[in-house]
Amino acid sequence: MVILLAGPVLAGLAGTVLPAFGYLPVLGYTSLSLDPLRSLFAMPGLSKSVLLSFGTGLAASILSMAIVLVFTAGWSETRTFRRLTRFLSPLLSVPHAAAAIGLAFLIAPSGLLVRLFSPWATGWTRPPDLLILNDPAGLAMTFGLVAKEVPFLFLMTLAALNRPHIKEYYKAGASLGYGRMSVFFKVVLPQIYPLIRLPMLAVIAYSTSVVDVAQILGPTTPPPLAPRLVAWMNDPDLSKRLMASAGALLQLLVSACALLTYLCLERLAGLWQSARYASGRRRRHDALARQAGLYPMIVIVAVMMLSMALLAVWTAARSWWFPAVLPQKWSLGRMTDAFGMGAPALAATLALAIAAASIATALTLWLLDARSARNAATQGKLNILIFVPLLLPQISFLFGLQMLFLFVGLSGTLLAVLLAQLVFVFPYAFLALSDPWNRLDPRYAKVATSMGASRLKVFWQVRLPLLLRPVLVTFAVAAAVSVGQYLPTLMIGAGRVVTVTTESVALASGGNRQVAALYAMLQLIIPLTFFVLAALVPSLVFRNRAAMRLER
Amino acid sequence: MRAKEDTSGLVLDSVCLRLEGAPLISIDCQIRPGSILTIMGESGSGKSSLLDFIAGFLKPAFQAEGKLLLNGETLSGRPAQERQIGLMFQSPLLFPHMSVLQNLLFALPASISTRSERKDTALKALEDVGLAGFAGRDPATLSGGQQTRVALMRTLLADPKALLLDEPFSSLDQTRRADVRDLVFRLAREKNLPVLLVTHDQEDAAAAGGMIHYLDGRDPGAGCSGFARPKPVSAQS
Repeated sequence: MVILLAGPVLAGLAGTVLPAFGYLPVLGYTSLSLDPLRSLFAMPGLSKSVLLSFGTGLAASILSMAIVLVFTAGWSETRTFRRLTRFLSPLLSVPHAAAAIGLAFLIAPSGLLVRLFSPWATGWTRPPDLLILNDPAGLAMTFGLVAKEVPFLFLMTLAALNRPHIKEYYKAGASLGYGRMSVFFKVVLPQIYPLIRLPMLAVIAYSTSVVDVAQILGPTTPPPLAPRLVAWMNDPDLSKRLMASAGALLQLLVSACALLTYLCLERLAGLWQSARYASGRRRRHDALARQAGLYPMIVIVAVMMLSMALLAVWTAARSWWFPAVLPQKWSLGRMTDAFGMGAPALAATLALAIAAASIATALTLWLLDARSARNAATQGKLNILIFVPLLLPQISFLFGLQMLFLFVGLSGTLLAVLLAQLVFVFPYAFLALSDPWNRLDPRYAKVATSMGASRLKVFWQVRLPLLLRPVLVTFAVAAAVSVGQYLPTLMIGAGRVVTVTTESVALASGGNRQVAALYAMLQLIIPLTFFVLAALVPSLVFRNRAAMRLER
Repeated sequence: MRAKEDTSGLVLDSVCLRLEGAPLISIDCQIRPGSILTIMGESGSGKSSLLDFIAGFLKPAFQAEGKLLLNGETLSGRPAQERQIGLMFQSPLLFPHMSVLQNLLFALPASISTRSERKDTALKALEDVGLAGFAGRDPATLSGGQQTRVALMRTLLADPKALLLDEPFSSLDQTRRADVRDLVFRLAREKNLPVLLVTHDQEDAAAAGGMIHYLDGRDPGAGCSGFARPKPVSAQS
């Protein structure tokens, strides 16, 4: 198990480190040298790229966390909260690239927002020459990341809140005269924070090294570090690969610095917070703060919903000239055309999603069941190992992994892409299922075992059916993660494995918005279908079982 | 002291449980077939761990000493599913995804192999506890007392050689409680099973009519050297 988990990461890192120091026998480089590093640091605008990666990534992560926490603090257990939750959950299944494309259609100079105010308010009859998209400071990119990470962190927080006695703490706090937000930050958050910490660290590692969102929304003069590395890696000049590997090491350092910075900030916040426990300040009048927590969340949900709707409109638009708010001509013909063209990509995406989700879910179940059978509590070491791929920038070991697959002759095959995707899909599957699994009353298994049921029988007839809903949700999460994988598919697929995600990112910068929107929609529909099935199937199977209708 | 040859029923021979080295509970007793030993103690006195130990679910953090015999055969080291020890908890724990009948069929050993025979046995069991006609019901639609009765029959259909009862009546209201309790004790005696009852209800203990073993949660005796030894409880007592 350890080898299975750490193997790809270690092999990938090794395959990145060696070329970074000039060793790449495949291309005839057999001597160690510092030349790749030297040529890397000679690249123009490198320090700006590094700062962009660090700044946008860290800012987006911290902003997302702040929005989630302040909103949860002010509104959990209210009707507003439940209503927004219903909108936020499906947003989790939106792949990064699709979200970025939708957002680009919304905020671009020729996007819907400008159209709404043109020409009557702005006087613009053609798209203004403004760098709203791809702005040099990376604001659009940061916003895109926030819009995507807020649903993720929110659902992680929601899952953490879903444990016994949390409601009682609210009552206990309120009866002592503390305001709602005070209770959350002083009593509830310290208890649930350990559970949302790991997802937060994963968000930081991801955001500081993101490629697809950066390519669509990020600055171009120069771009952040990660997209530059990908460009060098795919450069016809093969010697640039060594430099790209050296850059991947730099990326590792940048993400590590961002993680460290966050850990320091977290520590400071913790100290500041614990000093306030004893202050006795109750902050009963927190209506203003609660409002401040509500609006960012509403803006994010509205923007995301609007972006997704915009994608749908674009797929059916034939001509839609600026500054019309709606298309002048509608046509479904183009959609069917593109469907025909996109069929192989769609098939590959589906095959990868189903295979990756099945393997990841099965592996997770097997691991959790083996753990329960040994009667052991959670194993800290193994847990950390599972999440290592999420805490490293993908690019830092995907370069090496690509070399490795090239070496064994698997590069560019579906199997290789599947294996590479699994490295990232499995941790999310484990993250999604381990909590519901551990929350299942262990006495069900005890009762079944004491009646003579074998471990296999207990698993198939008791645990699995009792956990059908979370298991299917895990499958859907895993499928969504698989569909969203851009970089692993691009690098390991070597251009021969094309999914709707790699297609949509490639098309996003091109002129054909209809086709780009269509691919983004396809990206969206696959995970959404799985989530809908995960909600419907248990209700059907257990339609006559009252106790199974409740979310466990 | 016990005579060596008499090891009928459930024997806990100088059993001592430790949690990370610290003694938690020590007991030395024999529960003869058809008799009941009641263990009373506050929460935290290690009752649940003792039941876990007997049924084969002790967590690795605990260490156990002493011997565990069921009808002369040693249980220690045997996997839980081969011990033939029936468990009943505070809540009935009927599997919520199965019907009442499916719950009972789950418990029935595979040695009863024909479909009709299996069904008849299960239906007969339901009838025995006054629940004829409940076979197709969703367990969640049954009252607490009815659920406990189904849980009892489910436990017994698995053909256990001993029963461990972990406060199985505490979730029932006063009126149902005595009925269900008498039913459990009666059936256990009929099947000649040794029963270990854990409770903190005086009435339960009195109704059980056997020996009572008191545990003190705060002071686990003199560790594992001073064993509390309730006198052997026999069916006649």
